[in-house]
Amino acid sequence: MLYREAGDFKTTYVDDSQTFPIKFDRVGFWVIMVVAWLVIPFVINDYWASSLMVPFLIYAIAAIGLNILTGYCGQVSLGTGGFMAVGAYACYKLMTSFPDVSILIHIVLAGGITAAVGAAFGLPSLRIKGFYLAVATLAAQFFLVWLFNKVSWFYNYSASGQINAPERLVAGVAVTGPNTPAWAQYLICLLFVTLCALVARNLTRGSTGRKWMAIRDMDIAAEIIGVNPLRAKLTAFAVSSFFVGVSGALFFAVYLGAVEVGEAFGIQKSFLVLFMIIIGGLGSIFGSFAGAAFLVIMPVALKWIGVDLLGWPTDLVAHFQLVIVGALIMFFLIKEPHGLAAIWRHIKEKLRLWPFPY
Amino acid sequence: MMKMKTLIAAAVASTMVAGSAMADLVIPDLSYRTGPFAAGGVPVSDGYQDYFNMLNARDGGIGGVPIRIIECETGYNTEKGVECYESTKGEGALIYQPLSTGITYQLIPKVTADNIPLHTMGYGRTSAANGEVFNWVFNYPANYWDAASVAVNYLLDENGGSLEGKTIALVYHNSAYGKEPIRTLEALSEMHGYELSLLAVDHPGQEQKSQWLQIRRERPDYVLMWGWGVMNQVAVQEAANINFPMENFIGNWWAGSEHDVIPAGAAANGYKSLGMTRSADYPVFAEIKSLVHDAGNAAGDGSNVGTVLYTRGVYAAMLAAEAIAKAQEIHGVADVTPAMVRDGMEALDITDARMAELGMPNIGPAFSVSCENHGGPGLGLVQQWDAAAGKWNPLTDFIAPDDSVTDPLIAEDSAAYAAENNIEAGCL
Repeated sequence: MLYREAGDFKTTYVDDSQTFPIKFDRVGFWVIMVVAWLVIPFVINDYWASSLMVPFLIYAIAAIGLNILTGYCGQVSLGTGGFMAVGAYACYKLMTSFPDVSILIHIVLAGGITAAVGAAFGLPSLRIKGFYLAVATLAAQFFLVWLFNKVSWFYNYSASGQINAPERLVAGVAVTGPNTPAWAQYLICLLFVTLCALVARNLTRGSTGRKWMAIRDMDIAAEIIGVNPLRAKLTAFAVSSFFVGVSGALFFAVYLGAVEVGEAFGIQKSFLVLFMIIIGGLGSIFGSFAGAAFLVIMPVALKWIGVDLLGWPTDLVAHFQLVIVGALIMFFLIKEPHGLAAIWRHIKEKLRLWPFPY
Repeated sequence: MMKMKTLIAAAVASTMVAGSAMADLVIPDLSYRTGPFAAGGVPVSDGYQDYFNMLNARDGGIGGVPIRIIECETGYNTEKGVECYESTKGEGALIYQPLSTGITYQLIPKVTADNIPLHTMGYGRTSAANGEVFNWVFNYPANYWDAASVAVNYLLDENGGSLEGKTIALVYHNSAYGKEPIRTLEALSEMHGYELSLLAVDHPGQEQKSQWLQIRRERPDYVLMWGWGVMNQVAVQEAANINFPMENFIGNWWAGSEHDVIPAGAAANGYKSLGMTRSADYPVFAEIKSLVHDAGNAAGDGSNVGTVLYTRGVYAAMLAAEAIAKAQEIHGVADVTPAMVRDGMEALDITDARMAELGMPNIGPAFSVSCENHGGPGLGLVQQWDAAAGKWNPLTDFIAPDDSVTDPLIAEDSAAYAAENNIEAGCL
């Protein structure tokens, strides 16, 4: 009744190809935008920003990036952590080398540098597929972490090998460093998430995305109908790495402020982002958000229930968290292998017919 | 989305309830009882909490105000550490001791902005010893650079004052923690003429075969180790496997507890480590047992009492409690604020008589803190593992580090930090 195409007439081609063809989706999108941009910044505090919203938004960017590569183009990657590290270290080097340039530009440039690195590591994908490609990207993960640990130029020769984000301002307000207000931290992440999601959504709807999906579904057939696999795969690696690099830069500069490569960008980060897109839904922008929300909010919520409400010992709760999150991952994989996005899709199909199911 | 809204509402409600609580001294315990470093995290956290619980039971807190401990599990993970910090700071947290160098680096700028003191006892950022740059960070009574210098001084002493032509290998956790001593050891190697070789072990440290093969090939005279958690046990076992003489293998003070050496059995006999605190059966342990454990309030399972790291947890808690008592004395109020506790820490004066009075005579060196020096005297002792008796025996008294080496390094590193962050050095 509410959610249907009928009665929503499209009279121009522009109307017909808009991002959200169904009115309910459009309204919902604008409601979320208004809440995210105009309500949350006024009510957010330090705890909500740095424990939930900021990591959620940053992981959402990383998940969108990996989803483009794995979900849309079908290239499995275990190098996400390494590429996030490239973004973080690129951002750090740019921040300290050119302190007068805006941090916004640095974050975008860090994404660009990661895109170049990602495309270089994407070259083997032209020859190898599937599990073998996963192993090749795993090599990228370990190589990059080793590189940032080994070469002290990347961390400006500091004694500890840590990189620290100095304070940088946007429009007179600190967005990195300890004096950042919670809302500024949140808004800068939201800005990048919104832009990235819009770009990703439109890329995947357009010819580029169709080429990626053609490669994913059957690369030989795609080549025969005229998709250039070299360009399709390398653009997927570059675009995906761009997003992952942006998320790495934000993760370091805005969220943590100080980073140690092995701890922050290790293999477990690659798996975490991979789990996000598997749980959220491969090949879906909404799924990237859902997966990121699930894996960021779930542990905090469980901790809150276990420790603050029930008063259990913290180690017991920490162990339970692993058990529950693991069990939920298995539950979703068995009950809904296509992730949370598929559940949302089913709901929408039901909604279209509701209240007359036949 | 729905779930989040209910959560927000619930969280708001819970903070409002907590805000109206009675006056108490809030001490967060950022512990880790899970993960690859739990073996070290559990005894320290047990000791830390047990001591405060003992004060609550015996004296009704500090200065008559009860202590409220908020435990938060970090898993030695920086992201969870930040979450713990943000979730506890609003409760009126007086002092943070995260027991992790990685989390310390996250917290240094945050506590400075939020005006809450941070105490990193024997870990963290070494140059925080310069209190004029790091107003809110303390790392007394000793830091990593002191530890490196103490180890070298001990070896100098063993070799008749000269290390000329010797080789020393450093096996270190490949993280901020493990990299800290490198600069000092390099400076000392120029001074004393030994050759330093660096062997990094990647997090968490179960995989050390290649490092120890290299040691077997190069046969260094001494091996120093900056390890933690599971890495220590593996290293001691690997050293035993290649028949490296244990008495030439010295861990730092985070690589010298019972659980590090027991898995290797008799092969670990003779392994040495530095110590920040002396191990003994202090009277305070009896008090903890009768007042806390027998009352059923033990932080853990109560099995760690008297181990090296439990002792260190008690020591850390004692230093915090003394600083709070000092703050109460300076400001004349019982319900102190974090800023007052910082003043108490800066005026802290730990004497031998006071330690004896507290039921832990000679547990650590006597020292006092000042605005310029947040690092304490930097003394450390060397202890040796006796596998048959199953205990650590102190080999030396507290050894002084070579301040002429560490002080310029601290000045240089803190000046760089001050320049990077536009900090004007000075006392508060």
